[in-house]
Amino acid sequence: MKQLVEKHPLAIRWFHWVNFPVLSLMIWSGLWIYWANDVYRLGWGNTTLFKFFPQSFYQAFHMDHKLAQGMAWHFVLMWVFFLNGLLYVLYTLVSGEWRYLLPTRHSFKEAIQVTLYDLGLRKEHPPVRKFNGAQQIAYTSVILMGLGSLLTGLAIYKPTQFGWLTQLLGGYEFARILHFALTIGYVLFFIVHITQVVRAGWNNFRAMVAGFEIVEVDPTTHELKAGPTALPPADSSLLPN
Amino acid sequence: MTDETSAPTPAAGPREPLPTEAEVLAEARRRSRRAFIGLGLAGLAGLGGWNWLISQPNDAGIPRPLRKVLDANSRLSSAYFKETRLAPEFARSRARTPRVNGKVGLDQPLVPAAWRLQVKGYGSGKVQEFTLADIQALPKIQMTTELKCIEGWSVVVHWAGARLSDFLARYPLATRSGQPADPLNPPADLAPYVGMRTPDGAYYVGLDMHSALHPQTLLCYEMNGQPLTPAHGAPLRLVTPLKYGIKHLKRIGTIAFADTRPKDYWAELGYDWDAGH
Repeated sequence: MKQLVEKHPLAIRWFHWVNFPVLSLMIWSGLWIYWANDVYRLGWGNTTLFKFFPQSFYQAFHMDHKLAQGMAWHFVLMWVFFLNGLLYVLYTLVSGEWRYLLPTRHSFKEAIQVTLYDLGLRKEHPPVRKFNGAQQIAYTSVILMGLGSLLTGLAIYKPTQFGWLTQLLGGYEFARILHFALTIGYVLFFIVHITQVVRAGWNNFRAMVAGFEIVEVDPTTHELKAGPTALPPADSSLLPN
Repeated sequence: MTDETSAPTPAAGPREPLPTEAEVLAEARRRSRRAFIGLGLAGLAGLGGWNWLISQPNDAGIPRPLRKVLDANSRLSSAYFKETRLAPEFARSRARTPRVNGKVGLDQPLVPAAWRLQVKGYGSGKVQEFTLADIQALPKIQMTTELKCIEGWSVVVHWAGARLSDFLARYPLATRSGQPADPLNPPADLAPYVGMRTPDGAYYVGLDMHSALHPQTLLCYEMNGQPLTPAHGAPLRLVTPLKYGIKHLKRIGTIAFADTRPKDYWAELGYDWDAGH
């Protein structure tokens, strides 16, 4: 029989949905800034496979000649991005949610299994629980990327006052490359994330809005028979009763 | 998103009877409805806030709330600022010629023999004139630092000139009382800001006095071992690795001191007034 199971605490859902528009606007204003010196490309020597970005891209989204506005937005929203990320990390530590999110020594093997399954190269369904190994790696990596964006951003924002950090990150120009590469990383993360959310279906998506999932439970033993959340919460005090 | 309600969970204990499927689905519908309406309202509130923000009156090219945050950022970084923190220096062999990126204020042909640096005393208000030889008589400082353009590119350049702090120690024009401006022990009546302009007044920058007295802030007359060319700011320009290139005023005409932020060409066009590193 169907039962409700709590999945994502309210705080996590808030952090998630605040981060989405804020990171989007950070990327958007970052593109306004990047336009003024758009020198990065994929390629070697005189061969360019892809230029970041073709002129038509800026024109299509009216991203040209907005350096000043881009910097202003970037240096305002950086505080929201930083505080939201910091509160998220603190919350996961205090609540115990980190236990679901941090990869374990099994996560990497499991992540390969999940990837092979998702690509249709493996028949056997990977273990089902709140976050599988691939998710643990992805969600932990994206937080580390956020930290990386903060540090590389600080290194190019105040390269004299934080000269030690700029040097540590390979110098002013290299720190700018890292800052840009991390942004491309978010875009790739976003594409995979959306694909997986669509594949996982409504029950999973609704949990990030409403917090619960509907699962199949054995009416006599009350044990979960099926459903994505087959592990008790990390901290049982999070349970409503 | 709405607050949590006490939904029974399967982990609660095997003895309690579970709610029926109909109850569960009704509860799911109720919570979903509330959560999605909550998220929608939060989204609308965000859009409302956004509309409010971009409809605020402009303050020098950007909405006023953004300008206020930029100014708060610069107060924070000036609280963290230290005179002893230096921009990194590089091997001289890495020095390159920077691209000429700004011509504002350089329209009139330069007549080197007629050029004078005019400095308006903070206390007296009297203008004192200096020749290039006066500046070159001060200790010559050489440094190979990174010139960072606000556009995002940077280039290592070898500069030579006199420290602005040495100039203001030798010619104590930045204090009301006429005391020398010692950067490590600044007198109480030191001007908080300094403004510079090209001779025609078309380009102008403002600096906080901490950055102006920093040991790497130079009244520069040589670039990569050669006297400055007119396009690079001959005969005398400001160089400071503590600021973006937009503050490196070429062909300094006048220097004046102020109690409030002097006007700044690019800050009037939406950029951060501080533009500091």
